[in-house]
Amino acid sequence: MSTLKTLNGNQSVAEAARQIDPDVVAAYPITPSTSIVETIAKFKADGLITGEFVCPESEHSAMSLCIGAASGGGRVMTATGSQGLALMWEMLYIAAGLRLPIVAGIVNRSLSAPINIHGDHSDTMGARDSGWIQIYSENCQEAYDNFIQAFRIAEHLDVRTPALVGLDGFIISHSLEGIQVEDDEKIKKFAGEYKPVYPMLDTDQKKTVGPIDFTDYYFEHKRNQIEGIENAPKVIEEVGKEFGKEFGREYGFFEEYRTDDAEVCIVVMSSAAGTCKDAVDELRNQGKKVGLLKPRVFRPFPHRKIAEVLKRMKAVAVLDRSSSPGAFGAPLFTEIRSALYDYPERPKIVNYVYGLGGRDIKGEHFKEVASKLERIAKTGKVEEIYGYINLRE
Amino acid sequence: MAKLKDLAQMEDRLVAGHGMCLGCGIPLIMKIVLRATEDPLIVANATGCLEVCTTIFPRTSWNISWVHSAFENAASTIAGVESMYQALKKKGRIPQDKKVKFLGIGGDGGTYDIGLQALSGAMERGHDIVYLCYDNNAYANTGGQRSSATPVGASATTSPSGTQSPGKLQRRKDLTKVMAAHGIPYAAQASPGRWKDLYNKAKKAFEVEGPAFLNVLCLCPTEWKYDEAKGLQLAQDAVDTCVWPLYEVENGKYKINYKPRKKKPITEWLKPQGRFRHLFKEENASVIQRIQKEIDEEWEELNRLAGFSQQK
Amino acid sequence: MKKETWKELTLGTINLNAGNSVQNLTGTWRSGKKPQFIEDKCIQCFFCWLYCPHHAIEVQGEEVKGIKYDYCTGCGMCSEVCPPKEKAIVMVKEEIKLAERSSK
Repeated sequence: MSTLKTLNGNQSVAEAARQIDPDVVAAYPITPSTSIVETIAKFKADGLITGEFVCPESEHSAMSLCIGAASGGGRVMTATGSQGLALMWEMLYIAAGLRLPIVAGIVNRSLSAPINIHGDHSDTMGARDSGWIQIYSENCQEAYDNFIQAFRIAEHLDVRTPALVGLDGFIISHSLEGIQVEDDEKIKKFAGEYKPVYPMLDTDQKKTVGPIDFTDYYFEHKRNQIEGIENAPKVIEEVGKEFGKEFGREYGFFEEYRTDDAEVCIVVMSSAAGTCKDAVDELRNQGKKVGLLKPRVFRPFPHRKIAEVLKRMKAVAVLDRSSSPGAFGAPLFTEIRSALYDYPERPKIVNYVYGLGGRDIKGEHFKEVASKLERIAKTGKVEEIYGYINLRE
Repeated sequence: MAKLKDLAQMEDRLVAGHGMCLGCGIPLIMKIVLRATEDPLIVANATGCLEVCTTIFPRTSWNISWVHSAFENAASTIAGVESMYQALKKKGRIPQDKKVKFLGIGGDGGTYDIGLQALSGAMERGHDIVYLCYDNNAYANTGGQRSSATPVGASATTSPSGTQSPGKLQRRKDLTKVMAAHGIPYAAQASPGRWKDLYNKAKKAFEVEGPAFLNVLCLCPTEWKYDEAKGLQLAQDAVDTCVWPLYEVENGKYKINYKPRKKKPITEWLKPQGRFRHLFKEENASVIQRIQKEIDEEWEELNRLAGFSQQK
Repeated sequence: MKKETWKELTLGTINLNAGNSVQNLTGTWRSGKKPQFIEDKCIQCFFCWLYCPHHAIEVQGEEVKGIKYDYCTGCGMCSEVCPPKEKAIVMVKEEIKLAERSSK
């Protein structure tokens, strides 16, 4: 029997971690992910988890410890966000390159300067080419569910690629919500036993892990690495379905909200999608054919599946909670615009950056976006391809 | 007491065919240290000469399990492997009686400089690991830039001697003392010129429970610029001039393991090395005086610490 | 040597062929001088074994028996550390035969 518990996002992640009980947890505190680490530390102090809990002296060492531990041959997790993820940067690539299925709970927060502790996606979007699987959560329930699935996805033998689960700083990490917490035994069973691949602690099999490549091998090793994340979509789908079968909440690559007969569509990830749903409902009540597409998996990017939904729209607005200075649009936009390129019939598409440093996005902002989309749909003209929401101009 | 003849019978854990320089000191240190435990051994190696020269894919000189992740984190990487060992042992996934030893290795660049924070953290947390620094006084892998282990007066590529400079102006960081100040069970300084002392220290480091730190002077003919055949003499001169005193700090107690009968003048150490050649020009005489003075002071201080420990 | 395609490589940048660098013959680096072992002068102190950076001292059973020229780089450490007055290892001139300089 699952239990309804009132937990915030960080507690939800920690609760999933308690149930899975990874062999090694190595994590460093940083706002707003600190309470994940604190909660796990308390679990350890109370004997509720049996794995090792290590407090490294930095996020760089936290990820280095995770790499050492995972290459030792066991299940490993960490949690961080923002500057912490930035400090891990170098090691993110190495975790992926060594094909170590480390799972990280990332409480999304802006990057300095200026220093700001609130939520946006600059941290994980910056890490989008590090080779990690990226899954984003709209609310506490999704954070819990995604975190559990992340282990299964990352550890699958065809994938063997680290995965991070994003949840928005404060908006989700610190908001209490009633969530369904499944039975410990069922979660343990779902996560399954960890199967080590070439564990260093099997000292009978001597191995050199992470050797140096020159020009004759680096490219092949990189291609070999890319294969892991390219094999992930099938596994993400299977795991999402199995989770649904087991616990009644099925997951795919994205969620469609009232898109069936929609003519215009807003694409937005994470917590803002919840607000957007309310706005869509209101607009629908006014007879407007507006829909929402909420990407869940950003890496690997489900380009074909998303394009198949969006191609029949007249106009699409992609909302990014990060910017990519100097680029032709922010990260989610460039992915989606590129995904639509091959379709002869495709919508007009615009990009809005919103919510940097935790700036609110409200129902009224989504309604504004929807009305702009309706105008574009009607006239067939895009006047402003790239803009900002709720910014003092 | 170990005999070289017996050590030579043991299986090589680092084998032939590596690409280290002619006369390099690293393999000499490894030959002793890797034999100082008979338990299975896992090594985490920082980026540097040893890592690069032994693992050029698809070949490897390592005959044990070995991991490299980055430059500044050999200590946290090996701490991670050790943490997993503790976890799996507690969970019964590896047998209770299976003993494994864990060794982090880095050069002075990877240890004194960029890896100091990770090393300090790993020592403070009390992982059951040994960390070995092979200190050749420079970033030799990248062509001999100065590190915080480069001595005063040495000409390194980023502290070159010139008409307006006698080479590196700053004193070396005394890392062995820094590590001893962590209150770890064992910290020691050794030289390949005194192999028995090195062997005993490595053995002790592996045997103590908790973190241990070994700082070993490493010959580097490429960056020190001396006749590569004459390395042993130089390693002994380092000890006899007290440039590199042999000592250990066991549970806070300092012990000097070797006191030269007659301390040799610092010039004996400086003269054979091209990196100090400019110091013998008239205008740099004061630099040699400074070096001698500082070495004398450091030796005196070490004796004071050891004497203090003896009284306790 | 045939190089693997990306599909043939071991998952995760791992080399499972422990110690296969013995196929790299560092003896090809030698230029101009090489050590010569004189067995009857040898006192079996094993200093040459310890101070040879390239693992080029031939040990058979409990005795030093000579030089493995496949690995010897000619650095001269072994001769320098050899303790007897009449050394058991001396450095001699070596003509470089370019034809022999190929890796196995």
